[in-house]
Amino acid sequence: MYIKLSNGKVYDPVHGINGEQRDIYIRDGQITRKPSSNTKIDKVYDLNGKIIMAGAIDIHTHIGGGKVNIARMMLPEDHQADLVSRTELTRSGCGNAAPSTLTTGYRYAEMGYTACFEPAMLPSNARQSHMEMADTPMVDKGAYAMLGSDDFFLRMLSSKKDQAAISDYVGWTINASKAMGIKVVNPGGISAFKFNQRQLDLDEQNSHYGVSPREILLSLIRAVTELGIPHPLHVHGCNLGVPGNVETTLDTIKAVEGMRMHMTHVQFHSYGTEGDKKFSSGAAEIAEAINKNPNVSVDVGQILFNQTVTASGDSLHQYAGHWHAHPKKWVIMDIECDAGCGVVPFKYRDKNFVNALQWAIGLELFLLVEDPWRIFLTTDHPNGAPFTSYPHLIRLLMDKSFRNDMLSTINKEAAKTSTLGSIDREYSLYEIAIMTRAAPARSLGLKSRGHLGSGAIADITVYTEQKNKEKMFSTPDYVFKDGELIVKNGKIVKVVNGGTHILKPEFDKGIEKSLKRYFDDFQTVSLGNYKMHDDEIIEDGRGKVIVQPCM
Amino acid sequence: MALILKLHTQPDVPLEADCICPDKFAQLSLQQVEQLPVFHGNRQVALGDFFHCSGDNDGHIQIEGDISKLKHIGSMMSFGSIRISGSVGVHTGAAMSGGEIIIEGDADDWLGPEMLGGRIVVKGNAGHMVGSGYRGSTVGMQGGEILVLGNVKNETGHVMRRGLIAVNGNAGDFTGVNMLAGNIFVFGEMGIRTGAGMKRGSIVSQTEPQMLPTFSYACRYRPVFLTHYLSYLVESGFSIDPDMTRGEFERWCGDSVELNRGEILFYTGK
Repeated sequence: MYIKLSNGKVYDPVHGINGEQRDIYIRDGQITRKPSSNTKIDKVYDLNGKIIMAGAIDIHTHIGGGKVNIARMMLPEDHQADLVSRTELTRSGCGNAAPSTLTTGYRYAEMGYTACFEPAMLPSNARQSHMEMADTPMVDKGAYAMLGSDDFFLRMLSSKKDQAAISDYVGWTINASKAMGIKVVNPGGISAFKFNQRQLDLDEQNSHYGVSPREILLSLIRAVTELGIPHPLHVHGCNLGVPGNVETTLDTIKAVEGMRMHMTHVQFHSYGTEGDKKFSSGAAEIAEAINKNPNVSVDVGQILFNQTVTASGDSLHQYAGHWHAHPKKWVIMDIECDAGCGVVPFKYRDKNFVNALQWAIGLELFLLVEDPWRIFLTTDHPNGAPFTSYPHLIRLLMDKSFRNDMLSTINKEAAKTSTLGSIDREYSLYEIAIMTRAAPARSLGLKSRGHLGSGAIADITVYTEQKNKEKMFSTPDYVFKDGELIVKNGKIVKVVNGGTHILKPEFDKGIEKSLKRYFDDFQTVSLGNYKMHDDEIIEDGRGKVIVQPCM
Repeated sequence: MALILKLHTQPDVPLEADCICPDKFAQLSLQQVEQLPVFHGNRQVALGDFFHCSGDNDGHIQIEGDISKLKHIGSMMSFGSIRISGSVGVHTGAAMSGGEIIIEGDADDWLGPEMLGGRIVVKGNAGHMVGSGYRGSTVGMQGGEILVLGNVKNETGHVMRRGLIAVNGNAGDFTGVNMLAGNIFVFGEMGIRTGAGMKRGSIVSQTEPQMLPTFSYACRYRPVFLTHYLSYLVESGFSIDPDMTRGEFERWCGDSVELNRGEILFYTGK
């Protein structure tokens, strides 16, 4: 079956197409070349003047796993305030900051997103994460496995085990947890918290294992490189949210010595200590370092003013933040001695100096990092703001006068110290297409997504160009997933399930011998039960496994 | 004269009937009341598909028939009364702020959760979580009273902050768990872990409960305020040992893992 999207303005940065009027042909879920003139076209969409982009990809959004469920359980008020009724097509749900799985999927699709990646899947919790992702319809999913504070890895590192063995362990973990990449959260810090350390800088040692975050970081980056994982190590650095952490972040960039690294929610890692309040923006220095180091990519983790909930594996800094919980309740917990988890509800206020400056720092980063291929649009959902505020964020980036209007409403002192008002840059549609489509796909190694060339999977979003970009990006005219029309005028017309992207890197199976011994001695589940199988994602008939190649 | 709802068809699956509430019936004709939406499982249907409606719509509702599959009756109600001739399902009187619900039979779990005011009287037994907070809430019942003449199950008065819960029969485990303030009376036996994590508030019992190690003995005395409470409860139909009004009580403080400002009082005989 042939579908033709006729005469739309195409934004396809992978092929350098910047708003040219073109026809796009879809056949059997894939974008294809123009068929010969006597081929029957089954359906034509006349898109004269409309904007066509690939389906958007969210590289960092907490949509599954234990912490999100804790957030859901802890916040009945979040559910009561945002109830979603069932319709003929969609099922009911609730929640704004931590929406239920089905609602998450629907809302992403209604904004033109076709793939979302859960950044903090604990390997011991992988089954739960995959079950939740299987319950998230409409979009493709994937997850990064969290390593770096787990006992087995830290033991290996402290006993100076061979890098090859560590790489095998990392490869085994990706296979066992069905992951799409590796994430490290506050390297070694989650473990240090359990040994009563309340902070851990890049070169400080974890008091129990005697290893520093720098060693952990380098070891994991080498492993990721050796295994040929397309997505560079996903780094949630040290000292999140601590004033003065700009130095740590710069040191981290220097520490990787030119190796590829993705630094996540970098807004929370760009704070200086200048001024009366000892809190200032380090965005300019961070942006300069990112501009100079082409091996580093970042996502921002923009905050927006509203009630939300912060959910992170970084129990050390979540504990430090629990004093500011709103409403006043929080959870910090250990998970299987391999990581931690902290859930703290939070309300960002525009009249609060720190929150207002955080907002400005995020935007400064967006506007000062020159290469949109290396900076991705995220709010670290739900930590900075719920993902439903992306259209608002896009408007802030594309519309200088709107941005300045907003700037004039925030805390006066914060607005005065920020350089945001003096930055003239406005993102173009082409750059938005890069940062929300092409660049995440490239970073994740999704060769057939994020572009509109022949052979790509037909995940396509069509918008009507409007001056108000928030409106434009919140209600796409059409969204196609695998060539099927799933959203029309911002409303779901067909429910699909999407697949799960995973990697199967090669590694030496010999590692299972020492793992087996470790599991028998220390773990609560056996090695055999710990490992997930593809069947578990597929078996209820909804899921689909998409194996992406390693480099 | 009240508005009479008579069950003519028993629902196959639970019926979400939060529309059965004087606030939602206000100003409606009988036909309009029958048109109000209810959820039968996941299908929206009309109230009239299950109930005949008659009488006067004057803020008083009388429900006849076995409605143990009906959920959320009287949720958010602020005035009037609902009289239920048989047993009722879960979430009855959720977050109600005024008025009265009288249940002649038994009530299921979650009776009067997060209630703000008003009165619920159950002539039979009630289930778990009477007058409690929803999972994740830090505050449960904030006012009003729940009187149960039979027994209740676990977690009665969980995170309650104000108001009165009185049980003529036995209570399950965790009575008054994490309670912030308020009064709970139990005239039968209580299960284990009474008052676990309580900050303030009083749990009054006719029998000696199994005390947690984090509670400490304070004194033996004759609390005057109890006389008023007990005579009120007797008026409300409770059968209480008349000696109790003049008897001695042992006072225990707790829970010391929290503020230690709560108390458990139990009757020690004359």
